[in-house]
Amino acid sequence: MLRYTVRRLLQLVLVLLVLSLLLFVWLRSLPGGPVTALLGERATPAKRAELTAVLGLDQPIFVQYFKFLARMLRGDFGQSTGVSAGTPALDVFFTRFGATIELAVGAMIFGLVLGIPLGYMAAKRRAGALDNSLIVVSLVGIAVPVFFLAFLMKYLFAVKWGMLPPSGRQTPGIDATRVTGLFIVDGLITREWDASWDSVKHLILPWIALGTIPFAVIFRITRASVLEVQGEDFVRTAEAKGLTRTTIRNRHVLRNAMLPVITVTGLLSGLLLTGAVLTEKVFAYPGLGEALYIGFTKKDYPVVQVIILAAAAAFVIINTLVDLTYALVDPRIRAR
Amino acid sequence: MRLHIHRWLGAGLAATLAVSLAACAGSDRGNESSGSSTAAAGSDASSAGSAAGGPSDPNGQIVFGAAGAPSMFDPMYATDGETFRVVRQMNEGLTGFKPGTADVEPALAKSWEKSSDGLTWTFTLQDGVKFHDGTPFDAAAVCYNLDRMYAQTGAGITQGQYWSDNMGGFKGQKDAKGKPVPSLYGSCKASDAGAAAITLTRVTSKFPALLGLPSFSMQSPTALKQYDANNVKAEGDSFIYPAYATDHPTGTGPFKFQAYDKANNTVTLVRNDDYWGEKAKSKTLIFKIIPDETARKQELEAGTIDGYDLPNPADWDGLKSSGFNLEIRPAFNILYLGFTLKNPDLQDLRVRQAIAYALNRPQLVSSQLPEGAVVASLFYPDTVTPYTQGVQAYDYNVQKAKDLLAAAGKSNLTLNFWWPTDVTRPYMPDPKSIFTAFKSDLQAAGITIKETSKPWNGGYLDGVEAQQADIFLLGWTGDYNTPDNFLGSFFSDTTNRFATSNVPWGTKLSGELQTADSTVDDTQRNALYDTINKELLADYLPGVPISSSSPALVLASNVQGMVASPLTDEKFAPVYKN
Amino acid sequence: MATTYTRARKQRIDALVSSGDEGSSLLQDAWTRLKGSPLFWVGAVIIGVFLVLAIIAPWIAPHDPGAQLLIGQTSRARNAIAPAQEGFPLGGDTQGRDLLSRLMVGARQTLLVGIFATLIGLIGGLILGLLAGAFGGWVDTLIMRIVDVMLSIPSLLLAISIGVLFSNPNLTSVIIAVGVPQIPVFARLLRGQLLAQRESDHVLAARALGVKQGTIVFRHMLPNSVSPVIVQATLVVATSILDAAALSYLGLGSQDVSQPEWGQMLGEAQGSIDSHPQLAFWPAGAIIIVVLGFTLLGESLREAIDPKNRR
Repeated sequence: MLRYTVRRLLQLVLVLLVLSLLLFVWLRSLPGGPVTALLGERATPAKRAELTAVLGLDQPIFVQYFKFLARMLRGDFGQSTGVSAGTPALDVFFTRFGATIELAVGAMIFGLVLGIPLGYMAAKRRAGALDNSLIVVSLVGIAVPVFFLAFLMKYLFAVKWGMLPPSGRQTPGIDATRVTGLFIVDGLITREWDASWDSVKHLILPWIALGTIPFAVIFRITRASVLEVQGEDFVRTAEAKGLTRTTIRNRHVLRNAMLPVITVTGLLSGLLLTGAVLTEKVFAYPGLGEALYIGFTKKDYPVVQVIILAAAAAFVIINTLVDLTYALVDPRIRAR
Repeated sequence: MRLHIHRWLGAGLAATLAVSLAACAGSDRGNESSGSSTAAAGSDASSAGSAAGGPSDPNGQIVFGAAGAPSMFDPMYATDGETFRVVRQMNEGLTGFKPGTADVEPALAKSWEKSSDGLTWTFTLQDGVKFHDGTPFDAAAVCYNLDRMYAQTGAGITQGQYWSDNMGGFKGQKDAKGKPVPSLYGSCKASDAGAAAITLTRVTSKFPALLGLPSFSMQSPTALKQYDANNVKAEGDSFIYPAYATDHPTGTGPFKFQAYDKANNTVTLVRNDDYWGEKAKSKTLIFKIIPDETARKQELEAGTIDGYDLPNPADWDGLKSSGFNLEIRPAFNILYLGFTLKNPDLQDLRVRQAIAYALNRPQLVSSQLPEGAVVASLFYPDTVTPYTQGVQAYDYNVQKAKDLLAAAGKSNLTLNFWWPTDVTRPYMPDPKSIFTAFKSDLQAAGITIKETSKPWNGGYLDGVEAQQADIFLLGWTGDYNTPDNFLGSFFSDTTNRFATSNVPWGTKLSGELQTADSTVDDTQRNALYDTINKELLADYLPGVPISSSSPALVLASNVQGMVASPLTDEKFAPVYKN
Repeated sequence: MATTYTRARKQRIDALVSSGDEGSSLLQDAWTRLKGSPLFWVGAVIIGVFLVLAIIAPWIAPHDPGAQLLIGQTSRARNAIAPAQEGFPLGGDTQGRDLLSRLMVGARQTLLVGIFATLIGLIGGLILGLLAGAFGGWVDTLIMRIVDVMLSIPSLLLAISIGVLFSNPNLTSVIIAVGVPQIPVFARLLRGQLLAQRESDHVLAARALGVKQGTIVFRHMLPNSVSPVIVQATLVVATSILDAAALSYLGLGSQDVSQPEWGQMLGEAQGSIDSHPQLAFWPAGAIIIVVLGFTLLGESLREAIDPKNRR
């Protein structure tokens, strides 16, 4: 067990190193760059050469990479040039991390709260009208391009009917105290209830738009997994013993059916970040997704590198945790 | 009976966590004066009572939608429009521009005189001006600022773009070959506290207008020293700015810096109650950063922002009919089709003239460009003086184009036409439609077009500058009202994107521009520019001037006091909401 | 008399054999289940119509989708587009082209994007998965770590950066940009299947019999891995179409105006959605229906093929 964990962690470090090298070389091979972003139409060959020299971009790529690595080991991931110019990239990451966490966790909760019960109900009434219509609803949820759905919702609820704010994270001028970087939590612990509620209002539409992605996946996985467990012998035994339906559901079926859902949570983190790029762009929500998009278009390499490396690390860590949980929970794997 | 211990433990843990968090974080509100909530009659009763143009509430708040984040707040190092928009509210220079025009007017200097040789300019300063930190503004401060700009080194030089473009070199700066880079700046002397004399190394038409550019703003020497303002470092492939630029910008303007909330993407400025001139009519000015254009429009429609810049021309009619105020700026930009003269086919004047005749510019302007756009006849808009009349015109004439091509023996011409994707510029709101229209115009004249499209900052600018295109679309927004700002930027340096070093008149043009700029007498100078313009259109034609467009600003209907500026120099001080 | 009795008896036995549950093959079982599933039929009909449309569109489209026939009634700057009129039932788009023709011909390009992107993912994933699953050991670990790295970069970013590498974004660049991030998905799937197969009885038997490794892989393991791959492929066609639309929304899609594609049309229409919503709704609707079709097909196939459903 311990050896397994240590091995996975070492692999994680290796993966991150390789990824950072790949990213570094690949980003700098893309056309354009921070020099063009800074100079724009005012560029002349002389200015370009000067700026390139000052930024050290004319040195061989491996020299640049080693310098970058040395700084990275000191915790310095460079300064942002486009997303939030002059701010350390790591700071940009942490500032926006809170925003995306609030968005992603909310979307995930939306997916779980809707997906699990509906998945269970669909499985119970398999191939009935309810099951089929729920399947179609969840599939339509995936079929609609997320940016289109986000746009429609924003147009209807925010612009046309004015029920919710159209974009951003919090109304400017509300004078909220920042503690953790998670606006909703901050409002709660400083008892500034209006700040919390304001942040929630800004998140309702993005939660629903982004939430359709985990909802669809969790619904289908729950349904498939409940179907599988339902047919198992131990459920039939429980029924024969005369246990109530609720007990069977809670104590036997759901608990066993949840394992694949846990697995898929790990995979969903990647999907959520992708969806977040589009959702945050539509809602002008200052999170990691928006930072990635702006960073890419403004060639803000430090920010893009930090976010992708963090996403990769998170992905690998989450999946390692999922594997460990599996090993803990499933005695067959533990025995190995 | 099961005790469900684990449930109780979990609940207990959660409760302890919540209580401890709540204990260590208290609200910071109420410590500063809350400016945004309901305001009683403010202490500043005078502005509330002012006649026709006064707000009912002197503590109002304006929220303006910005398209991007400001990079920092020291105008010397600023290069992009969003940074300028914010710093313009907090800073002023010796000269300024009359609202709504590109004409010079006094600002921190109430008057000026130039010496007979045109080299020394003496500025008499306003009295009683203080910086935001309370220190006085005087001639010593003026000289400190200019000397500080001149003495930049290292990374500061690359960031001081407007100084490089306008003044030339920095102190002790040497070019790649080791020769000193010439600078317009000579020295600054504070003869007495109320007058500063600036001496230049040669005569130029750029003075005194260029002192109105935000990059040449006057900042507090005390603050500059205290917060280490020159300490810009290049690290890796980005810059680290000193505390002065990120947290303590200190100018003389009607607004002061309060905060840049990166988590919520807003910049907050507050009214400077000790301002020497007419105080700002609103108390708080907030710039909300919304990168997506459609999102900005929707915020305006939902009422969460009070205005934004550069609405898409396609939306103008819709916005007007919804009751918003569309302020159209007088055009101060130029769009041109550039020729890269490295291509031997293009080195023949007849070929270039043929292309000029083949383009149906009036139709482009009326169908693809926003209301207020006009066809350009010179390489700068008609808001710039002198605007030479009677230059060679190239009225749309496909037959003439074909004849000229035949005469040059290039009836089977193939050209590589570059256009940028993923961008809108004030002079070029929709590059794709302009490209499509011109492509069919040129094809109708028998020219085969190969197209190359790249993202603006994904190879387009780099490639055009590296002279890889044959013909390309580009333009320029003017900084101040001189022909030199346009023509000089385009053609002074012969290593320009038109590759004028490949044609015999390239160096000649560069010399003519230099001479014109150095002429002391205004009448003589204008005559020289007239000659240059005529030559540019008749004999040189390094490109085809296409149009000047009027970018617009849109505001909610209850916003008063905004004057649209061709230089994008809108001041928010007179702005308030009803 | 003995022959008639024997023959009749034989006929009765034959009849019994052919009518009863003689142990149908997996495929036949699947087909029976599929036939009964309404989801399958809805999906199949949608795909069928889409395929037919994609093939015959250029012949039945009323006008050339790239021709700016209505440009006279169009002004980009003044936000005017041609309304629905005689000969142009859906009106024009922002460049004066017939919307209906573009929608019809767009089916073909959209289908091509979906299919070719999936093929790239499939073939790439096949190669990687085969190598990993067949050889195991350090080859497996190395390939799986590469796959992990690819999976950890959000697919959209991978797609964006590949898209940005092309000087002239066109449908080919979109296909590559959308297809490459699918490679790790297939690789992982295939490797999982092969690993499971390796321990199964029929493979052990084959190995015990001395059958060569290569033959085992191609003749025994692969064919049994095919069904989940088919299911995944149908789903990947659906997501490829969506990813291509997302790329266009971000401005990195095909700029080639003569070959319409639904994602490209949707991306272009975003700006005018409140003044001319039909420009966005038609391609969005088309994308939603087709993606739904492929997803329904994939899901019903998955259900039908799952041997656990045999009960």
